[in-house]
Amino acid sequence: MTAPLLELRDIRKSFGGVTALDGVSFQVLPGEVHALVGENGAGKSTLMNIASGVLQPDSGSILWDGQPAPDLDPRKARQLGIAFAHQELALVPQLSIAENIYLGRHPTTPKPVVQWRVMLERARQLLAELGRPLDPSLPVSRLSVGEQQLVEIARALAFHARLVIMDEPTAALSEHEVARLFEVIARLKHRGVSVIYITHRLKEIYQTADRVTVLRDGRHVITASVCELPHDTLIRHMVGRAAQDQLPPLAPPPSPTTALRVENFTARGRFHDVSFSVRRGEILGLAGLVGAGRTDLLEALFGAAPADSGRLWIHERPARIRSPLDAIRLGMALVPDDRKAKGLILGAPLIWNVVLPSHRRFLIRSAEERSQTESIARELRIRAAGFDQPTSSLSGGNQQKVVLARWLLARASIFLMDEPTRGIDVGAKAEVYELIRRLASGGAAIVLVSSELEEILGLAHRILVMHRGRVAGELPREQATEEAVMRLATGGVA
Amino acid sequence: MTAMPAWLARAASEALRRFGPVLALLLMAAALSLLSEHFLTLDNLLNVFRQSAVNALLALGQLTVIITAGIDLSVGSLLGLSCVLAAMALKAGVPSAAAVLLALATGAVLGALNGILFTKLRLPHPFIPTLGMMNVARGLALVLTGGFPISELPSPFRFWGAGAVAGIPMPVIVVLFFCVLFHLFLTRTTPGRDLYAIGGNRQAALLCGVPVDRRLILAYSLSGLMAGAGAVILAGRMNSGFPLAGVGAELDSIAAVIIGGASFFGGVGTVLGTLVGALIMGVLRNGLNLLNVSAYWQTVVIGAVIVAAVWVDVVRQRAAPGR
Repeated sequence: MTAPLLELRDIRKSFGGVTALDGVSFQVLPGEVHALVGENGAGKSTLMNIASGVLQPDSGSILWDGQPAPDLDPRKARQLGIAFAHQELALVPQLSIAENIYLGRHPTTPKPVVQWRVMLERARQLLAELGRPLDPSLPVSRLSVGEQQLVEIARALAFHARLVIMDEPTAALSEHEVARLFEVIARLKHRGVSVIYITHRLKEIYQTADRVTVLRDGRHVITASVCELPHDTLIRHMVGRAAQDQLPPLAPPPSPTTALRVENFTARGRFHDVSFSVRRGEILGLAGLVGAGRTDLLEALFGAAPADSGRLWIHERPARIRSPLDAIRLGMALVPDDRKAKGLILGAPLIWNVVLPSHRRFLIRSAEERSQTESIARELRIRAAGFDQPTSSLSGGNQQKVVLARWLLARASIFLMDEPTRGIDVGAKAEVYELIRRLASGGAAIVLVSSELEEILGLAHRILVMHRGRVAGELPREQATEEAVMRLATGGVA
Repeated sequence: MTAMPAWLARAASEALRRFGPVLALLLMAAALSLLSEHFLTLDNLLNVFRQSAVNALLALGQLTVIITAGIDLSVGSLLGLSCVLAAMALKAGVPSAAAVLLALATGAVLGALNGILFTKLRLPHPFIPTLGMMNVARGLALVLTGGFPISELPSPFRFWGAGAVAGIPMPVIVVLFFCVLFHLFLTRTTPGRDLYAIGGNRQAALLCGVPVDRRLILAYSLSGLMAGAGAVILAGRMNSGFPLAGVGAELDSIAAVIIGGASFFGGVGTVLGTLVGALIMGVLRNGLNLLNVSAYWQTVVIGAVIVAAVWVDVVRQRAAPGR
């Protein structure tokens, strides 16, 4: 067995009274892709922050290339060759690709003159080596999320990184871009670069990783080669109990009454001539690549973004929705794709985030708000230290439940759900699936947008596929396979 | 950071946030009462409060705007214009009560216009419309008066700025009245809470059904209203409508709000903190006067206090446990 590139030994770390890591050991071999999985709060991010010098462990040791690396800080880590591609991209949108790659380290001689030609040429080479020959003088703001990620990886390589840590790199990518990312990872591996790959999407582990390590509650559970660890076993290790069927049984067949009907909805440049309807009790899956116009469509239906034309019926009555307030009054609910930017007022108490849409009378009724929040939090098993805590103190899964709780309290009957399980752990995902199913059996109409095909295939009664802002086709559940959906989503015919 | 139990650190940080400004005010008052025998007299304390009244009123309006992550640069000029219009109306024989209402309405309507320009024209930041209004209103005040003050106002009008009830100066009563009103509005009503929600995350508030534009217009018109109220007090106290009244007052009001613990990024701020912020500025000026420090140096000190207050807040947030 080869000597590990990075070795973490018996790492302990606690914040205040909370133990985040309880004696975790972890090794990365040269040139391997090592997946790191675990539920939210399992300690993955803390461990990686320690590996990249952002946090210092309370005890334990870090070895790089067999040598102890005490008092690691971000600068030392970078000098050693450890790069962290963050979940939130850390690029300057106005600057060019090349400038971003060499940010803070422009090739200069004599100082302080930037050698533009050298920089552009080196950037071009790097991108080519990664298999994506983009023009390095393009501003980063013109790139897709996937391309921006590539720039981050190129930046890591420019600093001669030997280990790249990727924290949920595919969270915002379409399936197509994910495939491209995997090609890049393969190239990194080919160059002998090690990759630590944090993800919630277990399927990806089997596509890209060599080994996988599972953390649970701050402890190391298992490290094994991916072929020795089938999907079910992996989930069992993560949740610490037998893997239940992740997706609940299908909601009962919908009732014949239409809850929401949309005709010829158009917003120039974003979506065109979209028509569909959802019945009460029905879950309509809305599939498509990122950028297909699904988020724009949902936001326009909800009155949060303008539409140029199109008509709308709610419970068979024509409706005009000019603002989210109109939509809410008609019983609609939007679970936005980006929880932090659009879903929650993170600095405000949990209770506000729950009651905001439903409690609109002039005077605030604190007691009523509190008792209603308590009962809905219990129903959804929201784990929080208190209802007056800022919502930012909750884990991702619990934050998402707060968004859902809000609309349950408002008694919404039409749910527009945009990526409702993005970035939340396996346990919370199962609970969200269960809730969606329960809402549908209770007569709610649900439009479900998700980039995880399994999710749509498993939950929806019917699937609408969008491609470049248009409805590319509709698939009843019986005909919906991953292949059929992807064919439509990429512009093929059913 | 040395290890402190999380709950203790959190409690300390919370206490500092809530009571930090009050604590600072008490410490300053204690120090001044040791340094000068004149400080801790009822007369002087009432004097401080009265001198802080106009700033406190403007700061209450400014607070509602800053809570929404906005800023209102026009309050000083709106105060000036309201002063002038009320004085001109009084000179034309309008009854005092009507002149008071005119001052309030001038502020509220032009404040609402600020909000409308910001929301409906989709200007990128409230800095722009309120900066425009700051110049327009000041210009109008100067045009209407030719730059000369309008003096000798009738005494029923002056009562608001110069009168007293049971020994308590009217400005103090007016400030306390509006403090209670704004406190109830911000903490007990849905529109008040909406302002915090908008400041915390405008997009999320919108998607929760908060009528964001209407609420912002409300916030800016309340800010203008308080400029009108400040005008009544100031004109009454000075016995004139002075077109240059309130020059620079917008910055003092912003300082009071920030010293009082509100966040420039929105979503955070209280009436108590803001009142204390205004009083801290008043006590500083008063104390430095008593200690014979020149007015020029007072400005230097106030500037340092503004930066120090925000710095304390930054340190506190960094020390707060968890993420």
